[in-house]
Amino acid sequence: MALLEVKDLRVRFETHHGTVRAVDGVSFDLEEGETLGLVGESGSGKSVTNLALMGLIPSPPGVVEAESVRFKERDLLALPPEELRKLRGNRIAMIFQDPMTSLNPLLTIGRQLTEVLELHKRVSRREARRAAVAGLDDVGIPSPERRLKQYPHELSGGMRQRVMIAMALLCKPDILIADEPTTALDVTIQAQILELMRDLQERHGTAIILVTHDLGVVAGMSNRVNVMYAGRLVESAPAAPLFARPLHPYTAGLLASVPTLDGDPEAQLFSIPGQPPDLAALGEGCAFQPRCDFAVERCATQRPTLDPPLAGEPRLSACFESARLREGFSPAAREEKA
Amino acid sequence: MSVPLLEVEKLHKHFPVGGRMLRAVDGVSFDLYRGETLGLVGESGCGKSTVARTIVGLYRATAGSVRFEGHELVGITRRHMRPFRRRIQMIFQDPYASLDPRQTVASILAEPLAIHRMGRPRARRLRAMQLLEAVGLNPRHIHRYPHEFSGGQRQRIGIARALALEPDLIICDEPVSALDVSIQAQIVNLLAELQERFNLAYLFIAHDLAVVRHICRRIAVMYLGRIVEIATRDQLFGSPTHPYTRALLSAIPHPDPEVERTRRRIVLPGDVPSPLSPPSGCTFHPRCPERDQVEGERCSREVPELVPLADGRCRACHLPEEREAPLPGSGHPAAQTES
Repeated sequence: MALLEVKDLRVRFETHHGTVRAVDGVSFDLEEGETLGLVGESGSGKSVTNLALMGLIPSPPGVVEAESVRFKERDLLALPPEELRKLRGNRIAMIFQDPMTSLNPLLTIGRQLTEVLELHKRVSRREARRAAVAGLDDVGIPSPERRLKQYPHELSGGMRQRVMIAMALLCKPDILIADEPTTALDVTIQAQILELMRDLQERHGTAIILVTHDLGVVAGMSNRVNVMYAGRLVESAPAAPLFARPLHPYTAGLLASVPTLDGDPEAQLFSIPGQPPDLAALGEGCAFQPRCDFAVERCATQRPTLDPPLAGEPRLSACFESARLREGFSPAAREEKA
Repeated sequence: MSVPLLEVEKLHKHFPVGGRMLRAVDGVSFDLYRGETLGLVGESGCGKSTVARTIVGLYRATAGSVRFEGHELVGITRRHMRPFRRRIQMIFQDPYASLDPRQTVASILAEPLAIHRMGRPRARRLRAMQLLEAVGLNPRHIHRYPHEFSGGQRQRIGIARALALEPDLIICDEPVSALDVSIQAQIVNLLAELQERFNLAYLFIAHDLAVVRHICRRIAVMYLGRIVEIATRDQLFGSPTHPYTRALLSAIPHPDPEVERTRRRIVLPGDVPSPLSPPSGCTFHPRCPERDQVEGERCSREVPELVPLADGRCRACHLPEEREAPLPGSGHPAAQTES
């Protein structure tokens, strides 16, 4: 049995524009010790999915529903707030994009770290302090004793993110949800943090849900990848086959749009035409259909389900035309069609 | 190519901060030719945006020179600056923050024309519609407000506004950094198309080297207010010679799990030092992985000058040049003596 099983998760927000279905029927499993990449562009619902799992969607305006969200035999959505609070930060921890806004600027690093332990582990101040020092040391922060007395503004962005990671790992959680953990950082600092996360996972065996829009980061970190578009999962596959041969036109388009260090620099970049849809005005069919080169008639009226493209294949795609993508996807193919 | 369109020479911009001097730009020199794109890359705080703002006169240069078609811009009056302002335009990173939410697109696009007293209102409106068409937006949406457009469309409006006065040079400060990948590609392609159509020169400031590689033929890499390497695209990506350039390139994750699993990564230790108290000598020396290959204490004592190497690029580093592995078949003199 998987560590976390999400079945048909739905999150909607009642706004004055109408109902926004931010997450619309998402199902996935997270296995012990694996890294699951969650990819998608702004507004695709990737962060909302995770906030919903953690019970952090404010209601109103948010409404969270699901068939079930099972974590170690318990249904997270059915837990009373008190029980959920015991899991949050303890068994399931989260780190965010911007460490400056997620750390309390008025408390020392030491106080913020020991607070987590005192809350969840019933340890003495002295023990908590010792664990905090060990935690900072574990994430490669030099002179951790001295850091305990410092405030967040005294640290650089990279150091703050290390503190966040140390804090998230203090209770040795089963799951770490990392929501764009390196997006606010410079590339050389990003490289440090990714290296650190790889190393920590190897040593502690924490399962990671890595949310990011950066396909390069996903490629280097994930065992499996889920791709979201307009609140729905459109593709789910082990990383290697997904990058080698995407079977959903959106994934394929996304991969083709990324400029790389080895592509032809003179060639025009592939771009997906049009704009992401308005989540309050989604039609009946596939949400990607208006921008899709592979769309056929029924795509406009019928919503494709997330299924294995071939029976028994260890991957999923929500597209009627997956078979055509198997033959390959290239900007050239589009020009021929045009 | 004769006279460069833009010549920046030993440009300095220092800001007083709490009694000390923050040397945001500390002696930057480069040329930019008509119709060319020069990339200016580096991490946060390296001074790349300050260079841009000093060139257009949003900041007053502390020292140095900025010449546009041979005319000095540093130190001239606002009135004398005005004709050049028209020919140097800027596009910003955040299309949400750089458009006035209370103005319609028509008035946003006509404003630069009105300021420079070009055309009558009716002609300006027609021009605004043409501009929208040029950037791939529907000209009939001219009476809409910025919030009615998506992020990518707003960046198109920002580009249309920059084009309004038919500039020769557009300074693009992180124009695609705030956009999603699929939209980013649209804007990159649009910039390339407009460059060809209007023979524009771009100073393209970005931190994403993969994007820069697609747009720029020549690239300058900055670190703590100085240029550390300036080279053609092929030189820089084919055989980076400055240790910082090498680390920067190696830090970029590649969207291919196979490559990511096997490639060698250079992970730099520590953080970028504060420009308020930069390290002595070469400011990169405390983090430099190749420092031990330079004899003695040179790196911590002596500031390396930006000097031309045999293949024409410039580099500011004490490492001996002979060490560099040339590109295969590049005709580098060292390659010929070896074979």
